[in-house]
Amino acid sequence: MAARTNAAGAPRRRRRFSLLTREDKIVLGFLIGVPAVIHIALVWVPTISSILLSFTSWSGIGGLETIRFVGVDNYERLATVYPPFWPALQHNLIWLGVFLFVATPIGMFMAVLLDKNIRGSRVYQSALYLPFVLSLAVIGFIWQLQYAPEEGFINNVLGTNTERNLISWLGDRDLNLWAVLVAASWRHVGYIMVIYLAGLKGVDPSLREAAMIDGASERQIFFRVVFPVLRPVNIVVLVITIIDSLRAFDIVYVINRGRNGLELLSVLVTQNILGEASRIGFGSAIAVVLLVISLGPILFYLTRTYEEPS
Amino acid sequence: MAASSKASTVSRRTVLKGIAGAAGVMSVPTIIAACAPAATPSPSAAPSAAPSAAGSPSPSAAPSAVTGSVRFASTWTGDTKALRSVTDAFTADTGITVKVNEVDGPTFSSQINSYLQGTPDDVFTWFGGYRMRFYAAQGLLTDISDVWATIGSNFSDAFKTSSTGDDGKQYLIPFYNYPWVVFYRKTVFADKGYTIPKTLAEFKALGDKMKADGLVPLAFADKDGWPAMGWFDIINMRVNGYKFHVDLMAGKEKWTDPRLEAVFAAWKDFLPYCGDMAGALGRTWQDGANLLINKKAGMLFFGTFAGTQATNPADHDDLDFFPFPTLGTAFDSELGIDAPINGFLVSAKSPSLAENLDAVKAFVEYLASGEAQSTFLAENPNFVAAAKDADTSKYVALQKKSAEIIAASGAIAQFLDRDTDPAFATQMQSFLQTWLTKPDQDMTAFLKGIQDFWDSLGI
Repeated sequence: MAARTNAAGAPRRRRRFSLLTREDKIVLGFLIGVPAVIHIALVWVPTISSILLSFTSWSGIGGLETIRFVGVDNYERLATVYPPFWPALQHNLIWLGVFLFVATPIGMFMAVLLDKNIRGSRVYQSALYLPFVLSLAVIGFIWQLQYAPEEGFINNVLGTNTERNLISWLGDRDLNLWAVLVAASWRHVGYIMVIYLAGLKGVDPSLREAAMIDGASERQIFFRVVFPVLRPVNIVVLVITIIDSLRAFDIVYVINRGRNGLELLSVLVTQNILGEASRIGFGSAIAVVLLVISLGPILFYLTRTYEEPS
Repeated sequence: MAASSKASTVSRRTVLKGIAGAAGVMSVPTIIAACAPAATPSPSAAPSAAPSAAGSPSPSAAPSAVTGSVRFASTWTGDTKALRSVTDAFTADTGITVKVNEVDGPTFSSQINSYLQGTPDDVFTWFGGYRMRFYAAQGLLTDISDVWATIGSNFSDAFKTSSTGDDGKQYLIPFYNYPWVVFYRKTVFADKGYTIPKTLAEFKALGDKMKADGLVPLAFADKDGWPAMGWFDIINMRVNGYKFHVDLMAGKEKWTDPRLEAVFAAWKDFLPYCGDMAGALGRTWQDGANLLINKKAGMLFFGTFAGTQATNPADHDDLDFFPFPTLGTAFDSELGIDAPINGFLVSAKSPSLAENLDAVKAFVEYLASGEAQSTFLAENPNFVAAAKDADTSKYVALQKKSAEIIAASGAIAQFLDRDTDPAFATQMQSFLQTWLTKPDQDMTAFLKGIQDFWDSLGI
């Protein structure tokens, strides 16, 4: 009996309750399908092929039949006989640490200061934001001039530009990573400042007022009231910082092609895959290591984003 | 309830349609833009091709059986004018047009694999040695042995060897080469009464004198990574001879060989004269050349192209050079040096090659002539011609000297990154920089690290 009712009622009910007509479904299918195809072709296919290639040896010359499966050889070589790998990993982590714990807090601090509507705030804003307009490669060129051993501004101010007491900012492998991080942070600070400033402008002034009436100090207002309210901005800033430090490449590449103390994973991928060296499998293995490291922040961001409504 | 749900359906549908329409409209220009590059020649090719095409109608075109045109990729962006006078002269002779496509050298090298497998130009500028043999073995180059049958007598055996692939066929047209030598400024040597050092002892004595005079004896610059390779090559050839050097580059000798410890030990003798090493690793080769040109350094071991850095003619005229000193070994008389050859290759996969093969071969045959090479070198006098019949009477003093040094050498290597596997050469730059930073490290472990890396390449 129930079955009969269903059989009779189904078409009618479906027509009554379906919010989408056939036309809607085609349009929707198109709107979802096209991005899905693009997404799969541009994100998943390269990612999965990189992972597969990392278990192979291939010179990149000749057809796919010349690809040879070598198991985990590439990863083993990476960890044992490839000297730049561990320094590169270490440099990437230092980069991340400096961005997270130095550059980003400075950017936030600048934003808080500029949010106070001090005189000339627009000028300071522009001055701090200006470096972000430049690409990291251009910043590399600019800072190379500042750091130049004999003619550079910094060494001339310090008086360390003669052969006897020369400071080689970019040539000394104990020093150059820090010198480059100063240049990269110069850009990062402005970026974080602008994002944060926008967030601060959006904070309801009545919150501060209420806290002030309750007798909270400036410090308390910021850390107990404003900072928690800015949680969405904080997550964006965190993710941007992590991604920016993992994809760092251009600045060290223009300085010395990422050698002699400036090794980064991204540079090693390039060195092995581009050019005549062409070790596609080996380079892919390094790329996979970078991917695994990047997955951490990506997953963090996704879980936080989808947690939001609840 | 029902009414409100229907209303929302309608509005949602309208929105969806609107979005679809907008997406459709927006995608049209994108599609048009995507089609454009395929339909029209690449913008980079157009401007450089135009001038040579304009110069093509030759006034007195000699009757020629061969017609057609040649597409030619040049990375010699500093020599645009010199190369154009060569192609213009060829076009005037034969009526064959040459379309020059200028590309940035480092970019070209980084894309060479896909370039040669895709739709390359007919002829392109490249190097001799391993870097040519590798692509020849992959079937990406056209065998030009038939051209060599005609031009062979115009080149020495050393050039022929460097132009020959693993299969015994020829693939390269050598155009010019240049030796690695020790530069100095004539006025500095004259003022201070320095004499040219021929042996290691004389070199060290001179270095000490220069230090006392407040000069850095050797302008060393290795930020680029590759200049240190020139040092390794010359010292290895002086200590162990050419044969060992090329066998090592080919993987027939091991890096763990004690003979290599001797190389680094001998190299160490020169380090005290190179100034502050961290400073040297922070300088590009141009910075290094400037130290010599500005009289802050006394000498510079480099390829003769360092002369291009002296843009002031007075400075350029004041430059002179001598061969690297002998080190008192059994191989002193061999006088092996790096003298890299630059020249031309014919690609295999060019789409226009089949149609224009005769024109292409006529073009490369012309490039092998002394006439073409002299035309080029008249504009850029920092190199020497590869062909025997090149007009050497117009050589400037430095070119004459280069030619003498090359002729006096019993063994000519290309350069570390041209004589060995590219992946190995890339990493070797880092190995050498590591050693230069810590020359006193455990050499057994250091050399084993290099050998382990070589073995991991599976060559």
